[in-house]
Amino acid sequence: MELFVQSLVSGILLGGLYAAIGVGLSLVFGIMGLTNIAHGSLLILSSFFIMIFVQAFGGSIILAFAITIVLMIAVGVLLQGFLINRVISKGAEPALLVTFGVAIIIWNILEFFFGANFFRLSNPLTGINVVSTRWMIIPATALFNLGISTVVILALHFVIQKTLFGRAIRAAAGNVNAAELMGINTSRTYIYAMCLALATSSVGGLLVGQTFGFFSFSGMGYLIIAFGVVVIGGMGSILGTFLGGIILGVAQLLGGYFFGPGVQTLVGYLTLLVLLTLRPQGLLGNMTRK
Amino acid sequence: MNENMLMTIENLNVSYGDFQALYDVSMQFPKGAIVSIIGANGAGKSTLLNAVLGINKPHSGKVTFQGQDITGKRTSTIVSKGVSLSPEGSSVFEDMTVYENLVVGAFLPSARKKKKERMEYVYKLFPALKEKASQRATFLSGGQRQMLAIARALMSDPKLLICDEISLGLAPVVVGDIYNSILEVNEKMGLTIVLVEQEVKRSLDYSDISYVLVKGSVVMGGPSDELDEAAVKDAYFGINQFA
Repeated sequence: MELFVQSLVSGILLGGLYAAIGVGLSLVFGIMGLTNIAHGSLLILSSFFIMIFVQAFGGSIILAFAITIVLMIAVGVLLQGFLINRVISKGAEPALLVTFGVAIIIWNILEFFFGANFFRLSNPLTGINVVSTRWMIIPATALFNLGISTVVILALHFVIQKTLFGRAIRAAAGNVNAAELMGINTSRTYIYAMCLALATSSVGGLLVGQTFGFFSFSGMGYLIIAFGVVVIGGMGSILGTFLGGIILGVAQLLGGYFFGPGVQTLVGYLTLLVLLTLRPQGLLGNMTRK
Repeated sequence: MNENMLMTIENLNVSYGDFQALYDVSMQFPKGAIVSIIGANGAGKSTLLNAVLGINKPHSGKVTFQGQDITGKRTSTIVSKGVSLSPEGSSVFEDMTVYENLVVGAFLPSARKKKKERMEYVYKLFPALKEKASQRATFLSGGQRQMLAIARALMSDPKLLICDEISLGLAPVVVGDIYNSILEVNEKMGLTIVLVEQEVKRSLDYSDISYVLVKGSVVMGGPSDELDEAAVKDAYFGINQFA
């Protein structure tokens, strides 16, 4: 029984991290109908950036993280403005292929500089437990992940739902021509959206880097987690991403509890298949594209 | 260039691949007037609107708005100069509330400042929208969608309002109400309005100037009260086209 409670709690905490991994993918899909295959690689790229800047600027992870966000926003401008915007009007498939190419380029650049070595960002919370009883152990890192992820997702939800900027983004997502008729430059809106997605992915990159660690190719694994999260929660729904993260996290760890840790990933994705059969649009799939 | 003209279209030609959709279309839109563009399905009305608004690019010809060449510019740029299109009713933002649709209508920086008073104005013009303000647009009736599309277009504080096929698929009573609202906007605010329509009689009745578009060419044009309804209908149906 203790182990069951622990698995459930750990699943929820893990889900917070999963949500942070998935939210950027969901945002880009919801706004421009683009499945960003490079999502995981970009997330890992931000982990590498943080690591580089921590070493370059005297060890402050907060400073390194701040520089990384700025840099990833610049990457977003280049990626969207010079590559994806050129092809997105021709449909989602050419743009998807572009992001696939970008993913491969990022792996190879990272592999060129860092080989296949495994890295982990320094984490001041390592080894600290917030709660430590017979029933459950809650590591500070896991709680920190859930907290940051919650804040990021709520802030993003607020921006998308309640600000003029967010409404312009939703207008562009709903109907590109009609949005242009409101005077909204949709190409520029897509650039802002990509920047927003990459800024949130940098948060994911920080949390992943501190919690799991990373290497040149680990982006693909995180892309698959992000897919699971986004498909369960509903493509394009920001709050759905949060729910999707929690469900995938809980499903994996309870799967591990009932059937053994060897199959916990399998159980997670079987849950995804079941949910997809029952509710193909995802749990909160609302920001549907026309 | 004539100072009284808000917009002019000169010798506009538009093609889709090998198919030419518009032939040397020229039209004039005087300030403060209601101009109707009448044509059947496939006459080139939508092609013309899309070309004026930069959604498709003409291969020759010129569109001038307030003395500025706007031919083939980006849609959002043209809109920011004061041209506003109310598209056919289906293209409201379905997943957003009526209120949010209107807020987005006032996206342009020049319109943001006047958002409050413009919203009061359009709510007065279409009280049904005020009642439904917090509902998502997907739940509106056809007539209400059309009203929302027009109200949203008015939120940008335009100098020229183009209404695409208001009467499409709506009950005649509803269409009459919407037309009267448009007439009011024209009279009280002096807004120049373009009505793009299939219906001959109503277009002639409500407009000052009319153009008849047949198979991509302007076949008739002039003050609406001088155009003979029967002759327009003949042209419209392609009778005597080659006479």
